Amino acid sequence: MPTVTVSVNGKSHTVDVAPETLLVELIREKLRLTGTHIGCDTSQCGACVVHVDGAAVKSCTMLAVSADGAKVTTIEGLANGSALHPMQEAFREHHGLQCGFCTPGMIMSAVDMVSRRGSELDERTIREELEGNICRCTGYHNIVKAVAAGAKAMKGGSKTARAAE
Amino acid sequence: MYAFTYERPKNIADAAKLLKKADDGKILAGGQTLLPAMKLRLASPGTLVDLSGIKGLSGIKKGGKDITIGAMTKHVEVMKSADVQKAIPALAHLVSLIGDPAVRNRGTIGGSLANNDPSADYPAAALGLGATIHTNKRKVDADKFFKGLFETALAGDEIIESVSFPVPEKAGYEKFPNPASRFALVGVFVSKSKDGVRVAVTGASESGVFRVKEMEAALAKNWSAKALDGIKVPAKNMIADLHGTAEYRAHLIGVMARRAVTAAG
Repeated sequence: MPTVTVSVNGKSHTVDVAPETLLVELIREKLRLTGTHIGCDTSQCGACVVHVDGAAVKSCTMLAVSADGAKVTTIEGLANGSALHPMQEAFREHHGLQCGFCTPGMIMSAVDMVSRRGSELDERTIREELEGNICRCTGYHNIVKAVAAGAKAMKGGSKTARAAE
Repeated sequence: MYAFTYERPKNIADAAKLLKKADDGKILAGGQTLLPAMKLRLASPGTLVDLSGIKGLSGIKKGGKDITIGAMTKHVEVMKSADVQKAIPALAHLVSLIGDPAVRNRGTIGGSLANNDPSADYPAAALGLGATIHTNKRKVDADKFFKGLFETALAGDEIIESVSFPVPEKAGYEKFPNPASRFALVGVFVSKSKDGVRVAVTGASESGVFRVKEMEAALAKNWSAKALDGIKVPAKNMIADLHGTAEYRAHLIGVMARRAVTAAG
C-alpha cells in the first residue's frame, strides 16, 4: 500500500492509503477532519473544495496519492482558534447559508477567489467564479453578498488563512 | 471506485513500458474526467499510470511562429499565460470557459485532447488552429488526430508530450454552454492564417469535433460574419438529447460561427 506524507492545516501526517483512496476520503476518514463534505459523485457540487499548495481543488476528484508532499488547507484550517476567518464571519453575518452543507466548499472557493481576483469583487465575477459550487437552499443571493463582504474584510491580509498554508 | 494498481514513473519511456505491460492500463493526467468516470464505474482500469512524476511535461514555450504547450500543463496556466494571451487570445479565452476554477486548477491539455469528449473545448482549438500533437512516437496533425467519439489516433502505449499551436492572424471562439454542465452545447473556433481559414465545431456532432468546409471557403473569400449568411449545416449526425434537438444544434453552429468571426475581428 502506498505511503503518503501530507501536511494538512500545518500538521504533517504520514499514512498508508490504497491507490483508489480519494483525497477527500483521506481527509475525512483517516484524518477525521469532517468539515470537508462530499455532496455528489460527479465532481460538480464543490462541497469538497480544499486548497492544495494554495490552489482550490475538488478533493473528491484527486487521488490521495497525488497529494503526496503537498500542503493542504481545509475549512478547519481557516479560523484562528475561536476567531472565525473573515470569510467565515461574513457568511455568518450575511446568512450565506441555510443547511450549511455546501458552506465549507463555498468558503474555500471564496478564499481562493480573493487570492486570485482581489478584494473588490463585483456580483458577476463572484457568480462566475462560484460556477463549481452548488447550493440547494439559498438561491445564492446571500452567498454572493457574503463573498463580497468577506473579500473586503480580508483586505490587508488575513493572517489566519495564509498561516495555515 | 474499483481497486487498481498505481504507478508513477519518472520518465516517458518507463510510462510507455508500464502501459504496454498493463492489463487495461490508463494514463492519469489531471484526472478531472477519468476520476469521475472511475467513481461512477464507467471506467475501471487495471493500472493507472500517473504522469505527474515526469519532469518536462508541463510548461508553455513561445516559438517564432507557434506556441507549444506541455501535455501536463494545467488549464489555469494556459489561461493566465501572458504569451498565450498575447499570441492567441482566443485560446486563453477558450480555456477560461472550461469547467470551473477548481477543475481548471487540475485539468490538463493532454488529458482533454486524449479523451476527445465530443463536447470538450480543447479539441475545437486544436482542430481550429491546425495544431500538431507531439507524442512519444511521432507528430500527428490535429486533422488526423481526432477519430470520432472519445476516439483518437493514439495507440495504447502512446503518450502525448506536447501540443504546438501555430499563431494565427486572427482567431475567435464562441461557446453556447449547457446551462447545467457548462460543456459546449455548441462551440465554434474560427481562425485565419497564411495557411487558410479554419472553422472547427465541438459539442454538436455525434462523431466529435469537425470542420465546416463550406464556411471556411466563404470566409476565405470574405472574412466577415455576413459571409456566413445562408450557409446551413445539415442536422444529420448532430447530437439530439434533452438539452437540444439535432436541428437546434445545427442552427446554433451558424450563430456561434458568426459570433466567433465577429469576436476575432
